[in-house]
Amino acid sequence: MAHWFAMGGYAVYVWPAYAVFFIVLAWDWFAPALRRRRLTRELRGRLARERTRNARAARAEVST
Amino acid sequence: MHWLGSPPNFYRFAGALRPWLMAVALVGAVVGLYGGLVLAPPDYQQGDAYRIIFIHVPSAWMSLFIYATMAVAGLAALVWRVKLAEVVAMECAPIGAAFTVVTLVTGSLWGKPMWGTWWTWDARLTSELVLLFLYLGVIGLYNAFEDRRRGARAASLLALVGIVNLPIVHYSVQWWNTLHQGTTVDFLDPARSSIAPSMLWPLLVMALATHLYFFASLLGRARTGLLSLESGKQWVRILVDGQPAQTTGAPT
Repeated sequence: MAHWFAMGGYAVYVWPAYAVFFIVLAWDWFAPALRRRRLTRELRGRLARERTRNARAARAEVST
Repeated sequence: MHWLGSPPNFYRFAGALRPWLMAVALVGAVVGLYGGLVLAPPDYQQGDAYRIIFIHVPSAWMSLFIYATMAVAGLAALVWRVKLAEVVAMECAPIGAAFTVVTLVTGSLWGKPMWGTWWTWDARLTSELVLLFLYLGVIGLYNAFEDRRRGARAASLLALVGIVNLPIVHYSVQWWNTLHQGTTVDFLDPARSSIAPSMLWPLLVMALATHLYFFASLLGRARTGLLSLESGKQWVRILVDGQPAQTTGAPT
């Protein structure tokens, strides 16, 4: 195992290369998930505000 | 094709397909990396340093493949002004940029022990760096516009112009004298490939895995892009809120 990990003396080049590959792709995979969560929250908030506004308008209409 | 062009249909279809693509990509990566890092023998010239090939070459292929995909979608966006094509073209750019960064960094980490330098301004390396700048240019131009649909069309035009760089990257090792090694895998003439089968199959499996990963990532990004672009539409309201929008005025 230790022999394998040493990569024939090239461990300092091989493993960082693999680390970069996985870190960059993990960023690519998870960054849009965060964007998506933010977007859904924003849309939900906008719809909720719209609903209260509509309800208020309806109440005003009834009282007049 | 027409059915898929409709955003709600695409949204559902992409959402169903995406986990399967990612699952196969992950299995492929495990198999490919096991083959490349454990089963394949060390190279007789490069020792174990060559094992960077199993991520470097698939990433380099992806950097070109994604650019071509972006340009094709960009062309469709410019010609037919299809919203989905605009979204797909624009969501390709960050994934392509990510793979290009991986290509450059892993190449640098491979170049240091083999050539004795992290970087050299030779044709292959420089044209790949230009590819990164093209991706960043597309992303920047897209974000510079207030109107995102106009931004997408402008950036698509840039993507189309930049396509001249693709053959330059690909043929640079033949056209110019370069430090970069020549083609390892020749798909048109397999006999010319300079790689042993025990090293070739993990490379091809990794290439397949990165392609599937790209499609999974693209579908996910495109779904979010459509959601944002269509945020006022009824299907998005139902999706986000679980109920259709109420019309203004008194509820009935």
